[in-house]
Amino acid sequence: MIHAAAKVQAAGGVRTLAFDASAPLQLANGEMLAPLTIAFETYGALNAERSNAVLVCHALTTDQFVASPNPVTGRPAWWPRIVGPGRPIDTNRFFVICANVLGGSMGTTGPASLARDGQAYSLRFPPITIADMVRAQSMLVEALGIQSLFLVIGAGMGGMQALHWASAYPKRVFACATIATAARQSAQNIALSELGRQAVMADPDWRGGGYLAHGVRPAKGLTVARMATQVASHSEASVRARLNDAHKRERFSFDAGYSTGSNTSFVERFDANSYLYLSRAMDGFDLAGDFGGRLANAFQGGSTRHCVFAFSSDWRFPPAESRAVARALIAAGADAGFVEIESDNGHDAYLGEEPQFEAALTGFVDSCATARELSLHGGA
Amino acid sequence: MAAQLELVQGAPLDLEARPARGDHDVIARMVSDGAKVLDVGCGDGGLIQLLTRECKARARGLERDKAAVRGCVVRGLSVVQGDAESDLAEFPSGGFDFVVFSHTLTHLAQPRDALRQAGRIGERVIVSVRNAAYMRTRYRLALSGRTPATQTWADGELERRCSIRDFAELAREMRFNIETAIPLTNGRPGAPFAKTIWRANLFAEEAVFLLTP
Repeated sequence: MIHAAAKVQAAGGVRTLAFDASAPLQLANGEMLAPLTIAFETYGALNAERSNAVLVCHALTTDQFVASPNPVTGRPAWWPRIVGPGRPIDTNRFFVICANVLGGSMGTTGPASLARDGQAYSLRFPPITIADMVRAQSMLVEALGIQSLFLVIGAGMGGMQALHWASAYPKRVFACATIATAARQSAQNIALSELGRQAVMADPDWRGGGYLAHGVRPAKGLTVARMATQVASHSEASVRARLNDAHKRERFSFDAGYSTGSNTSFVERFDANSYLYLSRAMDGFDLAGDFGGRLANAFQGGSTRHCVFAFSSDWRFPPAESRAVARALIAAGADAGFVEIESDNGHDAYLGEEPQFEAALTGFVDSCATARELSLHGGA
Repeated sequence: MAAQLELVQGAPLDLEARPARGDHDVIARMVSDGAKVLDVGCGDGGLIQLLTRECKARARGLERDKAAVRGCVVRGLSVVQGDAESDLAEFPSGGFDFVVFSHTLTHLAQPRDALRQAGRIGERVIVSVRNAAYMRTRYRLALSGRTPATQTWADGELERRCSIRDFAELAREMRFNIETAIPLTNGRPGAPFAKTIWRANLFAEEAVFLLTP
């Protein structure tokens, strides 16, 4: 059941839902964005009651290909340990949706998309917020005929979206899992993303944001921007090991842990202006700010089941930020769990092999599925 | 203190193995069906599971130990990792039907504060305490001059020693009404001659108090 004003298309392995001008996206700043296209992937099958849908919200630099290889870049699925058959979010049981975020560059409307005049938006793209991303996702979910999501889950920027989902649409979110995130971007993260943005804008190929018209890309600037968050996503121990290694080999620079090759493909697939818009949306996120400064008010009266996960060595989104979310949930009387996972892998621990995390997430998802009376083998 | 103790059953005379947590069964009998319960210091979540199963309670937990919390979340329990001393203040007033301290109040640095918070959060408060004035403890101290604590010089935190009378007095001082107090011996409800708090203080090994703020 697709919305009358929207139609599904597929090109080059990217599936999109295109809303026409009669269904604009109302932005937080009052502007209307139309036409809107949302690129998305789904895994598994929706059950007859339409009660087994899971929305995965991706982080700043990932995309909708959560459990399958990206056909554009050839990169493997970014969260195969969590989403897939027999994984904590079991695609044999759940219908998993992951949409490229509003302002992104993997098919969803963003600064690289063409405006009505046939030219790329570039810096004419309106400023967007986490709330706008969520509103766009909600249009997609509605268009897919899903009234209520079983689970919304995300880490980092995706976790911010998940928190906003639970706050803005409590009746449409049965369970919410937030991982290594915060209800408000920290000053430290704002500083890091500002460095990244300055690196992009300092690249001569940025051309005042109009690089697409000149057929160039600010690849060097974007690489530095990417590294700023990558380096920060490692733990103290991991950074130190790499630094020692660089010292031994008498190099000035140390390997950030991602091969240059994968960063090249990142720069090729990721629009630099998109990075500016998305990182700015993250910086502006302050959920409590919309509720008189008291975070608990954001979750008042909701019946969503929450579980908050944090990693001990994460210093981009340290456990204290997750604890603040958990305390707000408690104060709102919400059904909440909060668990800190011991790990040496920093912020990116959620992407890697963390048996404790996987076991805890499975426990949460399964207990919520039982509460929602979902059968072990969902699907239509 | 004139409160009468409820004698649930006669003194346990059988030599069956004692249940691991006798107070849990007593607590499960106090909690009404479908109640909303907060277990402060829920440990491995055993009581939460018991209350969910036996009382259809909506039970949640607060636990300091991270590994224990992980174990709870793995088993699908709503448990928050945190410290009762600071986090109880966050819970909304009247948010729960029961707030339970199952042998945990005596581990806190500020038990009065925690109990006061519990009285604010819960319609009722359940506290189980080990009786430091149990007769066997007294004999051992009197005869051998040794305290029962194998942990006297153990590392880490120490549990406070408190007798049944000590706790009853604390509850009275904090203006809690003792609705029921169940003495336990050998992990089972009941203690010989334990009709009054005075006698339970000698003959019961532990006790579970049901308090109303």
